[in-house]
Amino acid sequence: MAGSKTTGLRMAALACVGLLAVSCGSDSGGSGSPGGTNAAPALEGRGEITMVTGKDTSNNMQRLTDEWNAQHPNEKVRIVELPESADAQRQQLVQNAQVKSDSYTILNLDVVWTAEFAANRWVVELPRDEFDLENFLKPAVDTAEYRGRLYAVPVYSDGGLLYYRKDLLAKAGVQPPKTWDELTAACQKVKALPEAAAIGCYTGQFEKFEGLTVNFAEAVNSAGGTIVDESGKPTVDTPQARAGLDKLVRGFQSGVIPQKAITFKEEDGRRSFQAGELVFMRQWPYQWALANKTDGSSQVAGKFDVAPLPSDGAGPGVSSLGGHNFAISAFARNKATALDFIKYFTNDVSQRSNLLATSQAPTRTKLYDDPELGKQFPYLPILKQSILSAKPRPKAVRYGDVTTAIQEAAYAALTGAKDSGTALRELQVKLQDLLK
Amino acid sequence: MTVLPRRGRAAGEAGRLAALLLSPTFVVLGLVVGYPLVAALRESLYQTGQTVDAEGFVVQGERFVGLDNYAAMFSGPAAARFWNAFGNTTFFTVVTVAAEVVIGVAMALVMHQALRWRGIVRAGILVPWAIPTAVSAILWQWIFQADGVANAIIGSQVLWTTEGWQAKAAVMIADIWKTAPFIGLLVLAGLQIIPRDVYEAARVDGAGPVRQFFSITLPLVRPVLVVAVLFRVLDTLRMFDLPFVLIGNRKESVETLTMLAWDEASNLRFGPAAAYATVLFGYVAVVALVFVKLLGADVIGEARERIRKDRARKEEPLVRPGVVHA
Repeated sequence: MAGSKTTGLRMAALACVGLLAVSCGSDSGGSGSPGGTNAAPALEGRGEITMVTGKDTSNNMQRLTDEWNAQHPNEKVRIVELPESADAQRQQLVQNAQVKSDSYTILNLDVVWTAEFAANRWVVELPRDEFDLENFLKPAVDTAEYRGRLYAVPVYSDGGLLYYRKDLLAKAGVQPPKTWDELTAACQKVKALPEAAAIGCYTGQFEKFEGLTVNFAEAVNSAGGTIVDESGKPTVDTPQARAGLDKLVRGFQSGVIPQKAITFKEEDGRRSFQAGELVFMRQWPYQWALANKTDGSSQVAGKFDVAPLPSDGAGPGVSSLGGHNFAISAFARNKATALDFIKYFTNDVSQRSNLLATSQAPTRTKLYDDPELGKQFPYLPILKQSILSAKPRPKAVRYGDVTTAIQEAAYAALTGAKDSGTALRELQVKLQDLLK
Repeated sequence: MTVLPRRGRAAGEAGRLAALLLSPTFVVLGLVVGYPLVAALRESLYQTGQTVDAEGFVVQGERFVGLDNYAAMFSGPAAARFWNAFGNTTFFTVVTVAAEVVIGVAMALVMHQALRWRGIVRAGILVPWAIPTAVSAILWQWIFQADGVANAIIGSQVLWTTEGWQAKAAVMIADIWKTAPFIGLLVLAGLQIIPRDVYEAARVDGAGPVRQFFSITLPLVRPVLVVAVLFRVLDTLRMFDLPFVLIGNRKESVETLTMLAWDEASNLRFGPAAAYATVLFGYVAVVALVFVKLLGADVIGEARERIRKDRARKEEPLVRPGVVHA
């Protein structure tokens, strides 16, 4: 029997190898030498580099890179595409940093990763005076900073918009709503129309993922609350924050938000909106072009418009800030080339071509007021307003834990597992621990 | 070493030769099994990067914390999450494997009996097994979404991917769909080596189909079935991709131990992640051992039996195959 016993053990061991690989990959994480000093290192070295990014769906990144390569034959840039999901991208970037590999040079970072990458010294500080940052959207530049230092340059920005069915609103004789109360009232009037009796009022992104953090933050900020204050201390256990969360909780209870919206990510919402099931939807601008497609995929093409997010009283609603920044890996060679390429990629011409090709929001303020671009992207002025008044999500070294805590509290409140007061009290305690 | 040098010089030389011939295997096993195990065990005793200095930089270097990572698992704020994941893992394993055995055996009987279109029937039953888990998870996500096929069939709106029993059910349905064919396939192989004359004898003795199944088919197919179940149990204890893709990360109702370890690792807490992985390893090892001891799962039994008989004809075995100190 000795044979079969050890055989069993061996199989168990094999079964676990895949799992343990997760942890043994981290060996070099702690045992290496303390990484560098605090002074911003000089960005030196010229030669071939890589740019590591999510999917280049429009192929415009490749086009811009080809142009650069033609002009800089000795400093060629190669694009490295990572998986589509943000989590998977972050994981690969982190793993690359853990082994201190020089294979990634320029990193395309989500705005919420800046603190983690900077605090771990995975990306280098960038010289502020090399960039004309005053021409960038201020909130976008803010997302590239950690403790007052610049670690990245904003390439894409993003802000939430309120998509609404202009055809139905016109028929019901109501204006696009500015507040949440106006929104619910407008929806009731639309529902009184015979053709829209069964229509849902509103949705955002409420599945337990990053989108829920975004939507929760918007609800809290639009109600006059904050998640963290100026000094980074958590402030979610306040009447304002509770009012914001309660707005969504009541929305689910009263049916203003359809029950199934608790399972919605961005694309589920789009499917529902495009099928004509909703009057209002909180959504990113990238869906404008998709929902306007006249190839039969959307039943609402030409029938909707966008407005700023609704508020809970005075002032406009507050969006959460999205977007991506370019940073330079601390372990890369040829950092001087990387710096030049980032400048090239964020200049006026590149940003314009990016907007035209991808409809992703640019980070240069000027482009939003360009009449020619405005003709093609009529939502640009509203998007500018959304981004300029947007609040960043908390800057945290352990952002993954912070956003998880927020999602758990919001999800528990929205599904009725906890009342919003309890959920926020517990969240406050957790955040105090995570952000101290 | 695996040599039993009791039979004089000739035996000792043969033993050394055997050891020499086997040593590449040991080296490979040591690299791919031994090293990760030891590295994970070591990692689970350390913590890294959990503090931030005055300038906002993460303090580098690792700190030996002894068994703290393990202690935190069983008591303290993380304990509830651990026990929940442990419970989910066990629950999924017991329920899905039980269901898979019943369905898999039924499938095997059908495949065995099918006379016409035998190839098509077998291929059809094996399709779910051939689809990568992540892909089938996305497939089931479509089925289980709010306006999906599942809700259309039952005629009410169940939000399958939200927290609660429905999420557990969704995961188990998808898992059973995917892996019952695996058991079916192995059992079919077992069925095919049962000689027909046994059944004929039973029929002559007047045994009905039910009696035949329980008195002939099941006992004779049991060695194969037990091994199939062992494979499935070990597999299900490590379940990760299906609940992760189908329901999502950090959903209490379906979080398994592997997901927990992954989540810790992705939040850069490698010490606790390694501790979770080690505990899971221990759990899997114990279950495997119990299977082997109680149910006599004999993974390479036939090969051993054959060798043993060969050897018995000459002399006592010099080397016991399968004795490997991994």
